[in-house]
Amino acid sequence: MAELWSIYLLPGIIILAQILAIVVPLLLCVAMLTYAERKIMAAMQLRMGPNVVGPFGLLQAFADGAKLFFKETVLPTSANKIIFLIAPMLTFFLSLVAWVVIPFDEGMVMSDINVGILYLFAISSLGVYGIVMAGWASNSKYPFLSALRSAAQMVSYEVSIGFVIITVLLCVGSLNVSDVVQAQADGVWFFIPLFPMFIIFFISTLAETNRHPFDLPEAEAELVAGYQVEYSSMTFALFFLGEYANMILMSGLTAILFLGGWLPPFDIAPFNWIPGPIWFFLKIAFLLFVFVWVRVTLPRYRYDQLMRLGWKVFLPFSLFWVALTAGVLVAFDMVPNT
Amino acid sequence: MILQGLTFYVFAAIAVAAGVMVVSARNPVHSVLFLILTFFTTAALFVLIGAEFLAMVLVVVYVGAVAVLFMFVVMMLDINFVEMREGFLQYMPIGVLVGIILLVELLMVLGTASMSPEVLATGTEPIPDIAHRQNTAAIGDVIYTKYIYLFQAAGMILLIAMVGAIVLTLRQRPGVKKQNIAEQVSRRREDSVELKKVQPGQGI
Repeated sequence: MAELWSIYLLPGIIILAQILAIVVPLLLCVAMLTYAERKIMAAMQLRMGPNVVGPFGLLQAFADGAKLFFKETVLPTSANKIIFLIAPMLTFFLSLVAWVVIPFDEGMVMSDINVGILYLFAISSLGVYGIVMAGWASNSKYPFLSALRSAAQMVSYEVSIGFVIITVLLCVGSLNVSDVVQAQADGVWFFIPLFPMFIIFFISTLAETNRHPFDLPEAEAELVAGYQVEYSSMTFALFFLGEYANMILMSGLTAILFLGGWLPPFDIAPFNWIPGPIWFFLKIAFLLFVFVWVRVTLPRYRYDQLMRLGWKVFLPFSLFWVALTAGVLVAFDMVPNT
Repeated sequence: MILQGLTFYVFAAIAVAAGVMVVSARNPVHSVLFLILTFFTTAALFVLIGAEFLAMVLVVVYVGAVAVLFMFVVMMLDINFVEMREGFLQYMPIGVLVGIILLVELLMVLGTASMSPEVLATGTEPIPDIAHRQNTAAIGDVIYTKYIYLFQAAGMILLIAMVGAIVLTLRQRPGVKKQNIAEQVSRRREDSVELKKVQPGQGI
């Protein structure tokens, strides 16, 4: 009985507590992100933004959440019901499971697996299924068009994301996420030597999360709201939460790969007093601000231009940069772990 | 060990059940979704035997890319399900034949392995201990040294298949207007706008 407790129950309880410690702040961040997005957009467009619910409108996100929660879930009669309901759950679930390998500080990671980066890449490549399943199961033309667009878009940009990750991994010599951050502790953060890759990665994450200017799957001018057309109430809310949690995840990944994760910018007195998770949070917040900034500034891409950018600009360039990075590392004898 | 055993049987059962559903589901989209489930549980089984690199690559390549394209095609099919059921009996003998051949091959491989283990030793590298060599590095050690020619040949075959697919589907349609971004960007005001002084009542 004591064995049962020490081998199964206690680790189980610890894991459960860790899951809660990640998911609850994450969902709070999602709520605050939607509020921050509306406030930033309002400021950039000389409006007030949400300012009624709570002080400075801070509780707006919770009011919206409560409203969605109490609405009726409409199931279209011609929809494929099971897949229709699985799709939003899948999107939400996938946006949460990726966080197990994200290190918030040295050793502060739920599961420190050796193939962490590949795991993140695999999970983010699964994100397309939520949209494709939703589009197909809705049995309606706008969602279907949106599903087709999204499938093509996300597969295209994943290729260049893969190459960018390979470039970073060449400089690290390990697939472990914590090792990626540690590799930047001694030298410079990777966004300086790999600056073009940093830009390509950021733009590709915009496309991967279906954000402006690549939000073609939900382009309201042509597809109404794309795959979300038939969704209402909590099913819609799950898509919404999933999309924003994915934005935070992708910003976190960018911060880890290029901006040194939890590391302070300079390892000297006033900077290294601040604990690592706060640096990580600040970096994510900065990237999310850029996400919103891009949304307010740029018009939506046309679909053929989106494909051209992915396949004819990013793919050759990132392929060239992989070869260049590998060549430089070998030529100057800087290959790690040899 | 009980937990590992339990997870193995759960995942194995799901994988087999999903595999059966792939061929027996009436709706082709459901088939593809079950195929994805099969890939995914297989990846979980890879994790259980300590091959986490293979597991992740399976998810990235098959679930993340190949199955998406499968789904892409299957979603757009307009299939009459009644017709498909009629074809079932016709194709069953071929399916059964392929299944039996696969089963026999598997049995032969496993039989060789269990009856004469020294045969296996001729072709394989010793597996290094996980404690001092991660399996990502271990796979790299073997692929890029001992099997480099086979690996490169596989890459060449894939490249040729890719070129072939592009050649087969590429068609040049005459009369289609295409955007030339370089031309658009290099356009200057002097090329297109000309300032004329127009006398009243005369025109240009």
